Amino acid sequence: MNDQKKSPLWVGLLAWTCAIILFFPIFWVAVTAFKTEHQAYMPSLIFMPTLDTFREVFERSNYLAFVKNSLIVSLGSTVLSLLIAVPAAYSMAFFPTGRTQKLLLWMLSTKMMPAVGVLVPIYLLAKNSGMLDSVSGLTLIYTLINLPIAVWMAFTYFNDVPKEILEAARIDGANAWQEMLYLLLPTAMPGLASTALLLIILSWNEAFWSLNLTSVDAAPLTVFIASYSNPEGLFWAKLSAASLLAIAPIMALGWLAQKQLVRGLTFGAVK
Amino acid sequence: MSSISNTSPMPSEANASPSTPKSRRGKRAGGERFLPIRLLQTPAVALLFLWMIVPLAMTVYFSFNRYNLMSPDQTGFVGLENYQFLLEDPAFWPSIANTALLIGSVLGVSVIGGTLLAVLFDQPFRGRGIARLLVIGPFFVMPTVAALIWKNMIMHPVYGMLAFVMRHLGLEPIDWLAEYPMLSVIIIVSWQWIPFAFLILLTALQSLDGDQKEAAQLDGAGPIRVFFYIVLPHLKRAITVVIMIETIFLLSVFAEIFTTTAGGPGTETTNLTYLVYSIGLQQFDIGIASAGGIFAVVLANIVSFFLVRMLAKNLKGANEK
Repeated sequence: MNDQKKSPLWVGLLAWTCAIILFFPIFWVAVTAFKTEHQAYMPSLIFMPTLDTFREVFERSNYLAFVKNSLIVSLGSTVLSLLIAVPAAYSMAFFPTGRTQKLLLWMLSTKMMPAVGVLVPIYLLAKNSGMLDSVSGLTLIYTLINLPIAVWMAFTYFNDVPKEILEAARIDGANAWQEMLYLLLPTAMPGLASTALLLIILSWNEAFWSLNLTSVDAAPLTVFIASYSNPEGLFWAKLSAASLLAIAPIMALGWLAQKQLVRGLTFGAVK
Repeated sequence: MSSISNTSPMPSEANASPSTPKSRRGKRAGGERFLPIRLLQTPAVALLFLWMIVPLAMTVYFSFNRYNLMSPDQTGFVGLENYQFLLEDPAFWPSIANTALLIGSVLGVSVIGGTLLAVLFDQPFRGRGIARLLVIGPFFVMPTVAALIWKNMIMHPVYGMLAFVMRHLGLEPIDWLAEYPMLSVIIIVSWQWIPFAFLILLTALQSLDGDQKEAAQLDGAGPIRVFFYIVLPHLKRAITVVIMIETIFLLSVFAEIFTTTAGGPGTETTNLTYLVYSIGLQQFDIGIASAGGIFAVVLANIVSFFLVRMLAKNLKGANEK
């Protein structure tokens, strides 16, 4: 590869400048989170870092309840989508029929329906069934909107499993369940793990259904942070502390999985 | 509904290669295990079918009926009246224009910016791995956080970082969201999507065979010609994928507008998604909001028609390998 070659100095400088500019807002949140409210309005990097703001966020706003909702909703929906998607993807990848491709594309096309096209009926259904502002309602919605991505990603990973391994197991007399448990799941595990990561990231950051369907009881972090947009006063340090805690874990996951995310985000079109 | 129309161009292509490469697996699929294994797909298919068909059918139904939660006793079939009201709503055409402006601008910025950044990051330089993490960072920031960081800490006319920089340069600070509301929303949304385009295009770029570039360089092609004749054609498919996937997501931009401008001032930042939200969940006019939802579905279908066709070709290619 051309890694051995030296690029001119300006390439590195330009790339780093772009990276710093793009990352600056996140960096600034991380800095402001450790300031007091008074210091937060001064664009200075010289100050005594304090954890007081974090303490205040925890004490005043019931922050942990929102964290809990975000965790339940994103982990719950991820587990549910995988439970439904993995068997489907398994049968599609290893026992395809003439209809399999059409079925896959149809599943994908459900992902392309704009949320706003079904906002009104979903809102009314949730309202009439008591699922409005409920954690289980939001988990169900996230499971459904992520299901096509889960099926597609699991399908592409199963497709990458060398077929020879399976044939060998079959000759040795393994049945379908043994095949799935002892061969496929271990082989496809890294792929399924990155599928799970992508689903967690997507549902953690989802902000259309959460804003429209939850308000207090089931509100995840996306909705809690949005409550800082009320113009009653500027609480930048608190906003920053709450935001930093909300985005840091998911960014870490995203950074870890960056290469694998590409496949999921493009439905396997770019690997 | 939309799903069926989406896949309708497919059958000819999909059926063109009837499982020939899989005949060896087909043997088992034909046995007594065939049915149970096929049944594994049922929950996924059934759930997605319900999720697709039921709400969409309800939206269609509501769009032809008078239904306002504020006056629930006045109901009944009204034909196309809701659509007519929607078209006459002074916010409707601005919202279509804003949707197009938002999608077009963010696509332009993120695809061009993402391509240039990807080419830049394809060169070796010190700390490339870390710099790459910084560039993709914004993609993982939840929309409400992204919007509020920009609104308060960057674009605030008095205390924002941009105001601070401009004062230092001896310029008058700008009240971004009041003076240039749409531009501000475009900046915020672009900031979130440049990393997406960058990540996809960089991945695609790294699969480019270095030999081809070197051969061209040996033949005396400069970097610009290498870019236009080798790099760009190689990226064509990835760029198309980025454009289509972003279009689908950008059609539904909501949280960024909800938390910064609430569609205002006036209708300056109201896109179609926000308009439907505002008619349905703020004015409680279910009928007109549903008509707006149908518009959004039709718009999205035009885009996804092409995306599904492309992915279908892809899938076929992968299976024939």
